[in-house]
Amino acid sequence: MEVGILAYGGYIPKSRLQREDIFKAHAWFNPGLKGLARGERSMANWDEDSVTMAVEAARDCLGEDDRTNISAVYMASTTFPFMDRQNAGIVADALNLPSSLQTLDFASSMRAGTAALNLALQAAGAASGPILVTGAERRNTKAGSALELTTGDGAASFLVGSGNVIAKLLGSHTESVDFVDHFRGEEAQYDYTWEERWIRDEGYMKIVPKAIEGALEKAGVKAEDISAFCFPVAARNVAAGLAKKVGISEGAVADNLQANCGEAGTAHALIMLAHALETAAPGDKILVASFGQGCDALILEATDAITSLPKRAGVGGSLAAGRKTCNYHRFLAFHQGLDMDLGIRAEVDKNTGLTTHYRNRYMAQRMVGGECSKCGTVQFPKSNMCVNENCGAIGTQEDHPFAEKTATLNSYTADRLTFSPDPPAYYGMIQFEGGGRLMSDFTDIFPDDDLHVGMELKMVFRVKDFDHKRGFRRYFWKAVPVDATGGE
Amino acid sequence: MASGIKDKVAILGMGCSKFGERWNDDAEDLIIEAFVEAIEDAGIDKSQIDAAWFGTAIEEQHVGKSAVPLSMALRLPNIPVTRVENYCASGSEALRGAVYAVASGAADIAMAVGVEKLKDTGYGGLPQRSRGSVNDLFWANASAPGSFAQLASAYAAKHKVSDKDLKRAMAHVSVKSHDNGSKNPKAHLRNKIDEDKVMNAPMIAEPLGLFDCCGVSDGAAVAIVASPEIAKSLGKKDLVTFKAMQLAASNGREAQHNSWDGSHFVTTRAAAKRAYQEAGITSPRDQISMFEVHDCFSITELVTMEDLFISEEGRAVNDIMDGFYDADGKIPCQIDGGLKCFGHPIGASGIRMLYEMYLQMYGRAGERQRKEDPVFGMTHNLGGFPHQNICSLTIVGKEGA
Repeated sequence: MEVGILAYGGYIPKSRLQREDIFKAHAWFNPGLKGLARGERSMANWDEDSVTMAVEAARDCLGEDDRTNISAVYMASTTFPFMDRQNAGIVADALNLPSSLQTLDFASSMRAGTAALNLALQAAGAASGPILVTGAERRNTKAGSALELTTGDGAASFLVGSGNVIAKLLGSHTESVDFVDHFRGEEAQYDYTWEERWIRDEGYMKIVPKAIEGALEKAGVKAEDISAFCFPVAARNVAAGLAKKVGISEGAVADNLQANCGEAGTAHALIMLAHALETAAPGDKILVASFGQGCDALILEATDAITSLPKRAGVGGSLAAGRKTCNYHRFLAFHQGLDMDLGIRAEVDKNTGLTTHYRNRYMAQRMVGGECSKCGTVQFPKSNMCVNENCGAIGTQEDHPFAEKTATLNSYTADRLTFSPDPPAYYGMIQFEGGGRLMSDFTDIFPDDDLHVGMELKMVFRVKDFDHKRGFRRYFWKAVPVDATGGE
Repeated sequence: MASGIKDKVAILGMGCSKFGERWNDDAEDLIIEAFVEAIEDAGIDKSQIDAAWFGTAIEEQHVGKSAVPLSMALRLPNIPVTRVENYCASGSEALRGAVYAVASGAADIAMAVGVEKLKDTGYGGLPQRSRGSVNDLFWANASAPGSFAQLASAYAAKHKVSDKDLKRAMAHVSVKSHDNGSKNPKAHLRNKIDEDKVMNAPMIAEPLGLFDCCGVSDGAAVAIVASPEIAKSLGKKDLVTFKAMQLAASNGREAQHNSWDGSHFVTTRAAAKRAYQEAGITSPRDQISMFEVHDCFSITELVTMEDLFISEEGRAVNDIMDGFYDADGKIPCQIDGGLKCFGHPIGASGIRMLYEMYLQMYGRAGERQRKEDPVFGMTHNLGGFPHQNICSLTIVGKEGA
């Protein structure tokens, strides 16, 4: 059977920081940034990292489809929260996937995203089930740098396998060249970049065409037949210049989402591909390429099945659900760019017992609760004794997943006393469809979300607590208003 | 059914420290201050105390673990001493231990001591700390005000009360407690305020503003109890006796089962029914003379007056605005200023509530003394959060009433 993409998903964080406000803060220092002070960039919340964004993109990709046959989870990023703990494994856990699968992290290059997708397309034919590919990035940039304005945060995800594919791989080619336009060494927090003109003339314009031409040749496709060219470079005209050079029509150059998202690192090629698939018609040929110590180029063709793929938020829906924010200081605070006085309340030790964590991983990472096999009551968390006072049976609880359920708001508050990196802390009692409830943290709450008793919420996977002392972080699920997720 | 404790135990003596920011005192100093008053009031020597119970909640902030800190502070003569903790109801828990010891006949004279030394954290509000290693994995990042604030949103939605009317009634609760606290020399907060000040105060946890929240205080309170016979033999007259002590603990229904709407306390209702029955009270709105309830936040007092079956469900706002619970109203609530203004040194609070009942029944409440002679008084001491808590109720009254 033919191997290709079975489904796609996208996720862009809700906040859109206005570039004009970043520029205003730095104009005194670097007035040259004015040229970049247009549009907005996506901005991850304090409790989002590349793992949580990958999870949201994957959930968008998988929808309500059965997940038990997934054979592997690949995750690509250059901003993994863990250097030694498999990040793809956390994604698989949050998605409540069975343990019998392969998990792999793809790192260390802006090309990691396309590399993961390319490998999945090659491996899926021999795999026992589809492969989930995710790419996510939460860029870390120096204050006052051009990258601070041109980058963004986001994720995309693809399910790759055989069967009812919505896009098939026609051909791919990789050029591997140790061209160091930027790097981030072991001890560095930020990228170190070289001159843009050199990168354009000697990097993009010489290395990328070889990869594209190689892919076109292997695919047996003419350049003028490419209907969408996804090339994730922030600088204007680079993609257009490449298209002209290799003979791709000007109209095929895909939106690089600079105006409303910013370049999300190694995830951005995948984000652009997911975005292109949202509007692709059967027969459309999509070329996705990404640059980083060489170049990957993949040519995919949309099939008839793309017209019957169930609707999803995708990149477009996620972009549409964004909210403008002008607060550059908040952005800095979320990126440890400001030495904020967080108060003594913030000093509580957040050490995590790894034994406790492991024992409770189904509850804490998968959001699996219990269902009483005797009386049918569902509850969170699962417990040895049924919470139903008229039952109270012992040892009757079966696993019951909650993460994909919608919930209704029963009570809530906006708390300015408790420590939160983003006060006020919103939380409240939520009641799940079909039973079960939780006093839950809320996240991504904006003034126009209009919290009220009875409103609908859904769960998202987020960082619960940071343990900065030991470099650990705990994940759990939080509630967000349904209409804010772009899914409705 | 058990016969209960009605009239089996009497108050022999009580003491209460000044509550407030006791910057220069340790928990031990506060204990001594309350104990000296209580032992002198009881007119006994400490060697006559058969057993003691020690209530404190956040012991890591002051005394540390076990009953030893109490035994050492008072140099008790190697008698049985037990430390208890049940969130903010820890004081009532100590009292329950002492009362039950006397009621059972195991002790002639028993003592309950509650203390909390909170003003050593470097910030306002309650100490922030771990909730337990498993709870920390999934509990919301909730503070006390944020947890109790949610009663307001659920109550307003259930009873179709406008946010503004509810906030006004909550403001009245706080204004009343400040009026009362101004007449209490041991109270932490003694300033009078008005409703506008409450309504316009900075927000702590919506819709609770600064004046909807009680004070976090240092303090201690002591009760010495004995059988009525012993009390009389020691010369005590016009005894105040225990009519009922009931406690209810959440079992997860509120936190995990969808049958609770978030607008009231399941535990208070369960404990109240039992307490009235134990005390032989059939019409509490007509029979109870005064209340000290756990007014940690204004909204808590408001819904509690329904949970104790005094205001009809959905009608507390009206009773409050009618002045029903004011010091000169039909049934005064928090005539000493309550947690709101007397203050809330956690482990001491339950015993502090009883202290006011005791003073009022003996006519020793000074400027705030109620004119009508009280017959039955009820204390309501809550611990935890609305969705998982401890509710401890005590009814005292004149012997034979």
